[in-house]
Amino acid sequence: MADGDGKGGRRAGGTNRSLRILNPNGHLGFAPIKTGSFHRGLEERPDMVAADSGSGDVGPVPLATDIASSPREWQEHDLEEMLVGARRLGVPMIVGSAGDTGANGRVDEFVAIVKRLAEKHRIPAFKLGYFYSEVDREVLSRKIARGDAVKGLDGRPDLSDADLAATDHVVAMADVHPFIALLDQGADVIIGGRSSDAAIFAAPAIRMGFDKGLAYYYGKVLECSSFCAEPYAGKESVIGEVTDEAVTVTPMLEMQRCTVASVAGHAMYERANPLYEYVATGTLDMSRCHYEEIDARSTRVTGPKFVPAKEVRFKIEGAGRVGERCVGMAGVRDPHTIAHIDQVIDWSRRHVRERFGETGYELHYNVFGRNGIMGDLEPLKDRPGHELCVVVQAVAPTREMAEAVAITATRQMFYARLPDVKGTAGGVSFLFDEVMHASPACRWTINHTVRADDPLELFPLHMTTAGV
Amino acid sequence: MPVKKLCDLAKTIRSKNAGPDKITFDVIFRERATYEMVKRSRALTRETVCRIFRIPDSRISDFVEFDPGCAIKFTIFRSRTSGSAGDGDIYGAQQYGPLFDVEVPVP
Repeated sequence: MADGDGKGGRRAGGTNRSLRILNPNGHLGFAPIKTGSFHRGLEERPDMVAADSGSGDVGPVPLATDIASSPREWQEHDLEEMLVGARRLGVPMIVGSAGDTGANGRVDEFVAIVKRLAEKHRIPAFKLGYFYSEVDREVLSRKIARGDAVKGLDGRPDLSDADLAATDHVVAMADVHPFIALLDQGADVIIGGRSSDAAIFAAPAIRMGFDKGLAYYYGKVLECSSFCAEPYAGKESVIGEVTDEAVTVTPMLEMQRCTVASVAGHAMYERANPLYEYVATGTLDMSRCHYEEIDARSTRVTGPKFVPAKEVRFKIEGAGRVGERCVGMAGVRDPHTIAHIDQVIDWSRRHVRERFGETGYELHYNVFGRNGIMGDLEPLKDRPGHELCVVVQAVAPTREMAEAVAITATRQMFYARLPDVKGTAGGVSFLFDEVMHASPACRWTINHTVRADDPLELFPLHMTTAGV
Repeated sequence: MPVKKLCDLAKTIRSKNAGPDKITFDVIFRERATYEMVKRSRALTRETVCRIFRIPDSRISDFVEFDPGCAIKFTIFRSRTSGSAGDGDIYGAQQYGPLFDVEVPVP
């Protein structure tokens, strides 16, 4: 916010400048904004309203099949609240990682929703900027061919052409650059493709010239809205302020407080290490953060440092469809059968193999009541409960085959022949004698980083107008 | 020495995805003194985590005693990527159960 351009941010004599952003939701659209604390936040006249709409937590299906995991009704609800509030105050609104995945189709949907809402509310014309994050598989393939490795994260090997071939959609995680570029072009509302959560809030702060350590920390602490406050309350608004000295967070819900424990504790959430946050251009080092409660409800943080990376590498996420999926369920109460459940599963697998061959499909058995949730990590897997539920998943190229494999596998558990079994009229219980079609089986095929010469090269920018 | 269970000492014990390939665990204490006591007891370390979940040390990507948050935090690699068919816990949100019964010597 270069001084006095009217797009949020304030400067008083060049020293006491600050930026205050209101964030109503840590995952916009996934569950609706609680409007009470958001309206309370708008009364504070923030310089900007911003939220992250992304999450990879929902698994690979939405990205692989190009759908949103959030219901359309709640997405519209949240965008409407933010748009009407921000335009009434005349301050920018920023949303990152549109529609959960940040894929191009989700960005287009959010842009269309904003346009429609602007007309519905007769909002005076404004500039609507957006950018895409999807990466063409060809671009990655060419980089690999040139010897510019797409490096694996979290122990994965470098990206292979086989991984790429198994991928349907790839998104790159934007840093601050596309947000800053669109603000420079005068955008009043920005809809972003896949973005680093912290970048959404760090971008306007860096644009104003604040220290990058403070700016990225500001984004990091704000991105999950009320998760940095206590007691626990989701989807409530929080205002963060960044100055040249510190970052301060204050919850807008009366019953919540931002304490040293809640703010420091939030640094741990959904991340491997609470001391470092990685973005394309560097690392946020939080190991020397100092936390201080400055009043009954606000906590002030100083000391985060930004360490620039030697080369710019964007994180990319990719997912692909493995096959159609069908699910069956079988219950077991016979103590002898429970003690020999693996033999029952072997029997079932054998019958599927006899009918469908060794390959060309996948079959998975989760044994709830034993280790259905934790698998091999379960320390008590040799102590099954007195009743079990075996969930059978079949994955195959077509719906018909997935159904046939699932019904064979599930029904054969009923007929399994165990030595010495006393119950000879049926080995398992059924809620219904059929199997259920589920979402396609998908897989995270890419969790890697790719080098970029220009931090904007993967993120095409667009500007349009909305309103009346 | 008398012992207490970790679930009676910690304010929060939770697990959650940290990206598609890892699950992270947080054990958070209300009182700094309790946190320091658990830390000193060595009841929750890389070694005990390996024993509890029966995994080799190479499965642990991070283990941090996070003083500002009064928390012990560790992260492990998944054996199956989040949401792949057969994964029993897409969010990784139900992997912390075995930590409840960890016994902490209480001086």
